[in-house]
Amino acid sequence: MGVGSGMPTVNSHVSSCCLKTELTLGLPGGQKTSKSGSKRGFSETVDLRLGSSCDDEVSVSTPPPSKAQVVGWPPVRSYRKNMMKNCKYVKVAVDGAPYLRKVDLEIYTSYQQLLAALEEMFTCLTICNVVNERKIMDSSNGTEYVPTYEDRDGDWMLVGDVPWKMFVESCKRMRLMKSSEAVGLAPKTSSKGLSKS
Amino acid sequence: MCLFQSVMNYFPEEVLEHVFDFLTSHRDRNAVSLVCKSWYSVERFSREKVFIGNCYAVDPERLIARFPRVRSLTLKGKPHFADFNLVPHDWGGYVYPWIEAMAKNGINLEELRLKRMVVSDESLELLAKSFPNFKSLVLVSCDGFSTDGLAAIASNCRFLRELDLQENEVDDRKGQWLSCFPDTCTSLVSLNFACLKGEASVAALERLVARCRNLRSLRLNHAVPLDTLQKILVQAPQLNDLGTGTFVHDPDSDAYCKLKNAIKKCKSIRSLSGFLDVNTRCLPAVYPICTNLTSLNLSYAPGIYSSELIKLICHCKKLERLWILDTIGDKGLDVVASTCKELQELRVFPSDLYGVGNAAVTEEGLVAVSAGCPKLNSLLYFCQQMTNAALITVAKNCPNFIRFRLCTLDPTIPDAVTNQPLDEGFGAIVQSCKGLKRLSVSGLLTDQVFLYIGMYAEQLEMLSIAFAGDSDKGMLYVLNGCKKLKKLEIRDSPFGNVALLADVGKYETMRSLWMSSCEVTFGACKTLAEKMPRLNVEIINEGEQIEASPDDRHRVEKMYLYRTLVGPRRDAPDFVWTL
Repeated sequence: MGVGSGMPTVNSHVSSCCLKTELTLGLPGGQKTSKSGSKRGFSETVDLRLGSSCDDEVSVSTPPPSKAQVVGWPPVRSYRKNMMKNCKYVKVAVDGAPYLRKVDLEIYTSYQQLLAALEEMFTCLTICNVVNERKIMDSSNGTEYVPTYEDRDGDWMLVGDVPWKMFVESCKRMRLMKSSEAVGLAPKTSSKGLSKS
Repeated sequence: MCLFQSVMNYFPEEVLEHVFDFLTSHRDRNAVSLVCKSWYSVERFSREKVFIGNCYAVDPERLIARFPRVRSLTLKGKPHFADFNLVPHDWGGYVYPWIEAMAKNGINLEELRLKRMVVSDESLELLAKSFPNFKSLVLVSCDGFSTDGLAAIASNCRFLRELDLQENEVDDRKGQWLSCFPDTCTSLVSLNFACLKGEASVAALERLVARCRNLRSLRLNHAVPLDTLQKILVQAPQLNDLGTGTFVHDPDSDAYCKLKNAIKKCKSIRSLSGFLDVNTRCLPAVYPICTNLTSLNLSYAPGIYSSELIKLICHCKKLERLWILDTIGDKGLDVVASTCKELQELRVFPSDLYGVGNAAVTEEGLVAVSAGCPKLNSLLYFCQQMTNAALITVAKNCPNFIRFRLCTLDPTIPDAVTNQPLDEGFGAIVQSCKGLKRLSVSGLLTDQVFLYIGMYAEQLEMLSIAFAGDSDKGMLYVLNGCKKLKKLEIRDSPFGNVALLADVGKYETMRSLWMSSCEVTFGACKTLAEKMPRLNVEIINEGEQIEASPDDRHRVEKMYLYRTLVGPRRDAPDFVWTL
């Protein structure tokens, strides 16, 4: 496992669509009133069949608090849930930029489109088509950036190696890394040096 | 009374009928029909619009027998919690028998409005072919049909005015259903196909819009691109209500420029929705119409960030209804509070359903809106946290709430500041809002909140409870106190047999009761069913061994009971038992 991953995903195909509660499960017993014994606490209703833990983007070395699913909570129509499922927003960081952006990978159909959108977003950058299709350049100071992404396993990968759809499914966030730092980049082997918390 | 009655009897029936014409609400008509036999008779022959809140409370034959001149029928099927996957897929709620019966009996059906019902293509085809004057089909949260059924409607309903599909699960067969509207069809006033997932024939759409000069409401699906939208708006500048499809384009392009100009000419648009995919740099195109908007639904537009939302809302000073995502944040709600002084209805939906880590809203946003928008009367608010102090302030600021639905994303979260239950906060709401008809509570709640609800919520008709209460007392407070209660739905709360059986007659004054993951036992449900023959007490057994006679002490996982005139339904699947 690369650094940055949480507990191993039990059912990876589920974790991409699992319904997580916003906060960790605070059992009612941890709060003020003591409940009568017959009350079913919130945690008892958790549907453990579907897997109790999913990757947590934020955690680094400690395992993330387990996020579990409750059937039908929050009470949102399945229609709405399905509509929102079709957006896959990932954060995009650019080395040296003061803030991150978010892109919805679902609205693009190819790497070229994505890079074009990134170009538009970080307007100082242009796609450097001459040298290598997948490099991006800051034309104002000649810095080259290499688009990388963190996949579900927590490894930092070079954008473009896998088929587009596979990329969309496995990408959790992106980082435009300065070329100078990217020397020797290869899938998995140099993940330790490049992963971010 | 005798004198009155004999005086009234001098009026010929035509006069009575004419007087009743002024009564549009079905509740008024129901009341009128109870006065005396002659009024009942006049009323039933003159009623054209019938509302049936539970399709299993009566049957088609009784409908037709009592109201032979019905032209417009509204039917609701599955229990509300079906929306949240708590009811198995094939539980029931089929519309086919209704359409079949009305077709057989020569009913002159013009309008059909369905909610949470199963609608097959077969039923749509029968509908389309049986009623030559059919004008209006509204389907909300239904399933069971495909675009083939829509094609049948389009092909056969010569005078179709309204086809309104809201949030349905439709099997999109990518057929050419839009092309099925014949060239002679010019009567469309309202067309909403936003919930369809597949490609629409844009050429057919453009031609349809061009020839339907009375079109007022048009909601597109996400497959309709921006340049088609532009062409449509040029053809239909008279639109009142617009739902965009994809709102993605190069803002420097010619097409976008043309769109901006087309939108400027649409001076009648009062309601805006869509933006299912959006390039936020294209949003300024709609600013010119924002000034007159009364209704704005951006709840399916997660692509619009908080800052963009705020920029847009700043233009919407006449807004009365706003549906958004919690990406707007408390800051955005501040802007709503200072801009939208006419706001009556606010719905803030959760954006982070899949744990991507988006912001939510807190009690602060709600307090701000309550302070800034004195006309607020309807709320649906999904929030990360809440406090009693905030709810008390909201109650003071807005005593006019008719609908108040609060949903904390963690269902048992206490007051974020004091760690107390949220009893006092909701208590303040019910005490202050004397006209409250619908309430959903959430957060850490004890029996106390139900004491308040029973005491103060005199007009309450619908109450939704989840993960709340300590004992049967809670439910008893509600059943004893809320005289106008029609629908009660409870999940995961410790209410049991004592509460269920305390006042069995109460359930005949209500439309329905849902209890799931509570403490009621099989035996108690049987007892209730025995005592009340005019209730259907249904037990839903999912995935469990269906024993011939389960132990009476066994807890029931899901129970749904409702009053009915027609006994146990005959279309119940194997896993539904009517006791």
